[in-house]
Amino acid sequence: MTQLAARGVVKAYGRTPALAGVTVDVAEGEIVAVTGPSGCGKSTLLHCLAGILRPDAGEVTWRGERIDTWSEGARSRLRRTEFGVLFQFGQLVAELTAAENVALPLLLAGTGRRVARTAALTWLERLGVADVADVRPGEMSGGQQQRCATARALVTEPRVLFADEPTGALDTLAGEQVLTQLVRLAREQRTTVVLVTHEPRIAAYADREVVLRDGLVDHTGLGLDLPLAGGHR
Amino acid sequence: MSTQHVLLGLLAGGARHGYELKRAHDARLPRARPLAFGQVYATLARLQRDGLVVPAGQERDGGPDRTAYALTDQGRAALEHWLGTVEPPMPYLASTLFAKVVVALLATDVDRARAYLTAQRRAHTERLRELTAVKTAPTASLDDIVAADFAIAHLDADLRWLHTTLDRVADWHREVHS
Repeated sequence: MTQLAARGVVKAYGRTPALAGVTVDVAEGEIVAVTGPSGCGKSTLLHCLAGILRPDAGEVTWRGERIDTWSEGARSRLRRTEFGVLFQFGQLVAELTAAENVALPLLLAGTGRRVARTAALTWLERLGVADVADVRPGEMSGGQQQRCATARALVTEPRVLFADEPTGALDTLAGEQVLTQLVRLAREQRTTVVLVTHEPRIAAYADREVVLRDGLVDHTGLGLDLPLAGGHR
Repeated sequence: MSTQHVLLGLLAGGARHGYELKRAHDARLPRARPLAFGQVYATLARLQRDGLVVPAGQERDGGPDRTAYALTDQGRAALEHWLGTVEPPMPYLASTLFAKVVVALLATDVDRARAYLTAQRRAHTERLRELTAVKTAPTASLDDIVAADFAIAHLDADLRWLHTTLDRVADWHREVHS
């Protein structure tokens, strides 16, 4: 059943079009990879689905309800309670330890300090980085930082995790370790994942690929690939 | 792949009979081209003929007699030599995939070459997904993961080539026919 959807979503940055009418359905618990060449609009689609950006035209629905018409405050609440977001790098607060970083979303949601710390330690353990709980990001490897960021994105047990090139800044092995754990935990928790990537080997972790080209859905399906039309000389 | 040297390697830890060798091969080299029992015994016979292994006792375990084999000093030396020899890194471009695109461009046209490239890319993408599922399964052993990694890295390299070549195929065709 559709949990999250974009219907004819259009978005431009000034005069530069990013999305030219994208329709996508994401089912609950599904892991969807949004792929395509650079500049095809995949990050913009993620931002629209996550309620971070508001489309110029079209609709974004969450459990059948339009959210693109909601106020910034209401969308921000939705992101805090139902969504988790993971970017390529630079998301951890440098002054805080790993455990404090992971506890942060819970503290912002009003959870008590002790409960938040316990949950943070549990999630660091699940991501295999319990040993850096009291270490600050600057003293961690890129892979450790990204696992902490993943723990922080999952600590609120979101219904949907949005991940934008989450392994883009990591070497192959670290990237695969992060992704393997992310996918395994998402499946256990039945968390929906929208994963933006330009790499075929990363997209292969998903249940389904949505391939964008020039701001439009080229096609979607299991292991389908890019078409012949367009860009090829 | 040299089945002889793989069997020598599997005997390096101590004598084993054919059945054990076949099982050890399948466990340590998952996703290798299947190795038949007949091939194991035939290879052992050749290794024995060449003085690289010797029979090391019979074993009867409810079934027929099984002959265990052990490495000789000569066999150990052959294994050492093989392990110490660097494989030539891609001395020839011996890929059917590559040859097929070249032939498609020579014998037919751009559309035919593109159709092949696209179909091949789909098959590669599907295989990539299958192998990713294998390596991320909670039951995957490190043997499975390392073997899947090898295949994934090669498929990924092919996919990059397929993507790039799709963009170049028209220019390439012009050059081939100029």
